Amino acid sequence: MRLITGDAFVEDAFTTVPDDAPLPESGGAIVSLTRFRRDRDILLARNSPVGVRLLASESPEHLGDDVRRLSLIALEFPKFRDGRAFSWARMLRTRLGFTGEIRAVGDFLYDQINYQRRVGFDAWEVPDHFTLEQFRRALTEMTNVYQPSTDGRKTIRELRGF
Amino acid sequence: MASPNMYRYDEFDAQFVAERVAQFRGQVVRRLAGELTEDQFKPLRLMNGLYLQLHAYMLRIAVPYGTLASRQMRKLAHIARKYDRGFGHFTTRTNMQFHWIKLVDVPDILAELAAVEMHCIQTSGNCVRNVTADPFAGATPEEIEDPRPLAEIIRQWSSLHPEFVFLARKFKIAVGATPHDRAALQWHDMCVEVVRNAQGRTGYKVSAGGGMGRTPYIAHMMSDFVEREDILAYLEAVLRVYNQDSRRDNIHKQRIKILINAIGPEEMRERVVREFEELKRMGTLQLPKEELARIAAYFAAPDFETLADDMPSGDAAFENWKKANVHRHKAPGYAIATISLKAIGQTPGDISADQMDAVADLMDEFSLGEVRVSHEQNLVLPHVRQRDLPAIFKRLQAIDLATPNAGLITDIIACPGLDYCDLANARSIPIAQTIAKRFADLDRQHRIGELKIKISGCINACGHHHAGHIGILGVDKKGVEFYQLLLGGSGAEDASVGQILGPGFGEHEIADAVERVVNYYVKVRRDGERFLDTYRRLGMEPFKNIAYQEQLSAAYNG
Amino acid sequence: MAATLPQMLTANRLKDGDVLYWKGANWVLPLAEGEVFSDPAAAQAALAAAQKDVTGNLVVNPYLFEVRAENGIIRPVKEREIIRAAGPTVRPDTGKQATGKQAAHG
Repeated sequence: MRLITGDAFVEDAFTTVPDDAPLPESGGAIVSLTRFRRDRDILLARNSPVGVRLLASESPEHLGDDVRRLSLIALEFPKFRDGRAFSWARMLRTRLGFTGEIRAVGDFLYDQINYQRRVGFDAWEVPDHFTLEQFRRALTEMTNVYQPSTDGRKTIRELRGF
Repeated sequence: MASPNMYRYDEFDAQFVAERVAQFRGQVVRRLAGELTEDQFKPLRLMNGLYLQLHAYMLRIAVPYGTLASRQMRKLAHIARKYDRGFGHFTTRTNMQFHWIKLVDVPDILAELAAVEMHCIQTSGNCVRNVTADPFAGATPEEIEDPRPLAEIIRQWSSLHPEFVFLARKFKIAVGATPHDRAALQWHDMCVEVVRNAQGRTGYKVSAGGGMGRTPYIAHMMSDFVEREDILAYLEAVLRVYNQDSRRDNIHKQRIKILINAIGPEEMRERVVREFEELKRMGTLQLPKEELARIAAYFAAPDFETLADDMPSGDAAFENWKKANVHRHKAPGYAIATISLKAIGQTPGDISADQMDAVADLMDEFSLGEVRVSHEQNLVLPHVRQRDLPAIFKRLQAIDLATPNAGLITDIIACPGLDYCDLANARSIPIAQTIAKRFADLDRQHRIGELKIKISGCINACGHHHAGHIGILGVDKKGVEFYQLLLGGSGAEDASVGQILGPGFGEHEIADAVERVVNYYVKVRRDGERFLDTYRRLGMEPFKNIAYQEQLSAAYNG
Repeated sequence: MAATLPQMLTANRLKDGDVLYWKGANWVLPLAEGEVFSDPAAAQAALAAAQKDVTGNLVVNPYLFEVRAENGIIRPVKEREIIRAAGPTVRPDTGKQATGKQAAHG
């Protein structure tokens, strides 16, 4: 898997840590919500960024105030059909005021990337064969949007001058 | 060519649709080259209305709130000829379906549609579908206002809405503005009714949780009055709660009707209010009255001539057609004329390319360039002069579209069923044809009065069988087609769920059972009672006995 | 041992949706020309072999279905497959039944 943020492939500054594995000495760690609840104090005491990976069924509201202490939230798409994470990303950016990285992980279609970005995702974990050309195409196929979203883009109504 | 008062694309709308076509063209190329698997491609093609059915691909073209201009009707005729088998099918969601499409032709078809401001966006898939409305909108004297401007605003807001394109299941919205519901509002995932409050202010009543399928439900009221400027925020709040809280583990339990009935309407309202109040605070979805007025201007009432009511008379054939198919118009001297697509023995809702072109001519000459599609799979000329009715009738006769049965027992709704559909368990069209032929006698039809028969070929209920006064559901019993009979459903403002009578009837028994039930109704009804009223008064028992009379006596007599 | 019904293998052609039947290592339009498998193992082998045409983007969704011989004519057991082979029963002027690409003589 590779990681895209901005407009490029980047090195992942985080390690995704299974529930039963030890945390890395240093560097960003992404853990499940279950693990975060269990090892919260240890995680937050580490001098490294903490990320939580939420399942599609886990609302970010489960994080409570701790959401402010997280650098990254990975939202999982267990199957591309499961679109709950679109609402979770939106919730993170608006209601919860989250400004860290929101990473799309799991099974999603290139066609969903545009929607993901609109609702607040800014990082994508993609298969090795996925190209930047595909990524850019996904973001540019549709020039304008009808409805407002967290990306603050001008809607067609606003472009019309109304 | 007349230009109807309806929404017209500006350059933004045109660009949106054009880019969508180009996007799909690219996706088809990638699919054929193997860069996309079928599993990856399927949701993409569904969101462009393309199904793989029994014989070929089926393309579902959106007819927003059932409104078509004549050039659009001519384009549909052209597509039917060039890319299909010369005919099309109007559905219970007022869309057009073509059954014989090739995948490789679809990008070109979409481009052709775009040229007349049509598209197939979100006519399938787990997203907000075509927004439907009263086919008499803008013409009926009953409405508070034309519901279609709001329908158009909802259409734009929901088009490729980034948060709601991968919902748990499809989401159907209907909009109404009359006490008499001609769009089956209460059967929708969400419906919006234009209402006036005690202070005389116009706003919207929003309900949610209606739906057909395996578990039918009537919608629950969510808010009895949403202010005009708040409506998009409110609708978005409902969608948000649905997207977040719906089950995703069992495809049969993923419509919003399941969620609302699981947590209860009260809890649902609370969750919606929470999201709604947040959206209101954010303010980005507020709908300024100038915008509503701007869109409403597209749908402004046409310049009706100043005429007096003067309904023409004619021969018996014309009078019969007038009696069933012509309705009152808000402008004096005008009328609303229904073109029944239910010729006895034909496929309900089907129309040939030649008929489409002929209807386009009628639209231009007699109906200010406009036609409507109803959820009952008929067409409606919304603005005809009363004095033109005889000429219109004559032209309809010439193209076999003058069946005088609107709202009568032979005005049957039927899905394509096993003759076309990959999902079907049984054929529906032949049953509709048999029943129609059985009741073809027009005097008998009028004696029977209003009786809505609705037939589905599978539990997905595209034929709306739950909402039929008489509903028929085709099932597969050990490889043989059987038909369950339901009674007492309604898709009007008195919405109710049809009740299953009992075991299914065979293909050659169902029309007899229907006839027994109908004859019984005629025998026991009181003055003024429709079939539905008599059924509600008497209950299932007597109807069940009469329906199974043959079966019972056969069992009794060994 | 219970006798199993013979089977055939069908799929839709990707580019146009046409209904196809497996014959040999290939696909034909008329059901009457398709291969009939009396041996379930042979049927499964054909289904496996057909996967190459899925990955090769020629067909989608190949599956086996039961047929029986009636008076020397092969007919699907299920109504759905009968209709799929011939065309809509309500429009005999459309589909394979209209172009003669359907059943045989026999």
